[in-house]
Amino acid sequence: MNKVLLFAVAMLFSGQAFAEDFFTNLFRFKGVKPMNNDLYNESCGECHYAYQAGLLPKKSWEKMMLASELEDHFGEVADLEEEDRIALRDLLVANAADTSIYKRSSKITRSLAKTPDVVELRISNVPYIKRKHKDLKDKHVKLNPKVKSIINCNKCHREIDKGIFDDDTILIPNFGYWSDIED
Amino acid sequence: MKKTMILAATLLLAPALAQANVIPDMLEGYKAEGASNFSAEAGKKLWNKEFAQEDGSKRSCVTCHNADVTKPGKHQRTGKVIAPMAPSVPFVAADEKDEPRYSTEKKVEKWFKRNCKWTYGRECTVQEKGDFLMYLKDL
Repeated sequence: MNKVLLFAVAMLFSGQAFAEDFFTNLFRFKGVKPMNNDLYNESCGECHYAYQAGLLPKKSWEKMMLASELEDHFGEVADLEEEDRIALRDLLVANAADTSIYKRSSKITRSLAKTPDVVELRISNVPYIKRKHKDLKDKHVKLNPKVKSIINCNKCHREIDKGIFDDDTILIPNFGYWSDIED
Repeated sequence: MKKTMILAATLLLAPALAQANVIPDMLEGYKAEGASNFSAEAGKKLWNKEFAQEDGSKRSCVTCHNADVTKPGKHQRTGKVIAPMAPSVPFVAADEKDEPRYSTEKKVEKWFKRNCKWTYGRECTVQEKGDFLMYLKDL
């Protein structure tokens, strides 16, 4: 009888733990909205990490995705077929940071509010993201052969495809978990 | 027995390999657009030809793709490793959605457009594109 009771109690608690985890991921909108679009992954992810739309506001994506801007995309020619360009621009604009209810997207939007005239094209220049990375040293990124540049988000953010950027998911190659190396 | 198996596997695979390569179709398309007498020699010459850039540096296809097209290249600015251009090099997928080179015309044209602009400051003509494919197809 005791064993049955114990089992029932254990089930009850594991069920609760499961439910908690489930609802955390479903309703708290903690990180940024994940992107699962084949055209986007193929067109943009061919050259660099396919950054989530929720990392920049609408006006940034609108400018970046102009045909004239893609001609000189951070020094590269990033021409797209016109129909793909429109489809990708609309996808990015529809999921931009300032249309998102996700926590980190909201923080990005708020951090850009102080400079309303700036149309920021570099994700690494967004004040919130800059602040979050201020303790990183060159040895962790630029001089780290497995990272090379701050643009390679996914080298350290191991859960980025799910839109998760929490500290315990940051593992810097050659150095270890960020929570362990941070002074 | 082993030989029979290998033969069977080769025969099974052959149509798949033939199907994957769009180069013959693209050459036909360029002919329809007015190009003719594609030359591997001209393609090779242009592949290796250097063009001066505004900043004084020089650029050619080789800058990023490697002079030996059976070897991987490296992007001049980003350092990204670029898969070998030679169709004979066995394809290694980086992730599940990766496809071999020359699988779709759209992708070949996308990169012709971008890379011709980046290197020559203009788009390539159909003749030039045909010459490039003529040069690369049997390597």
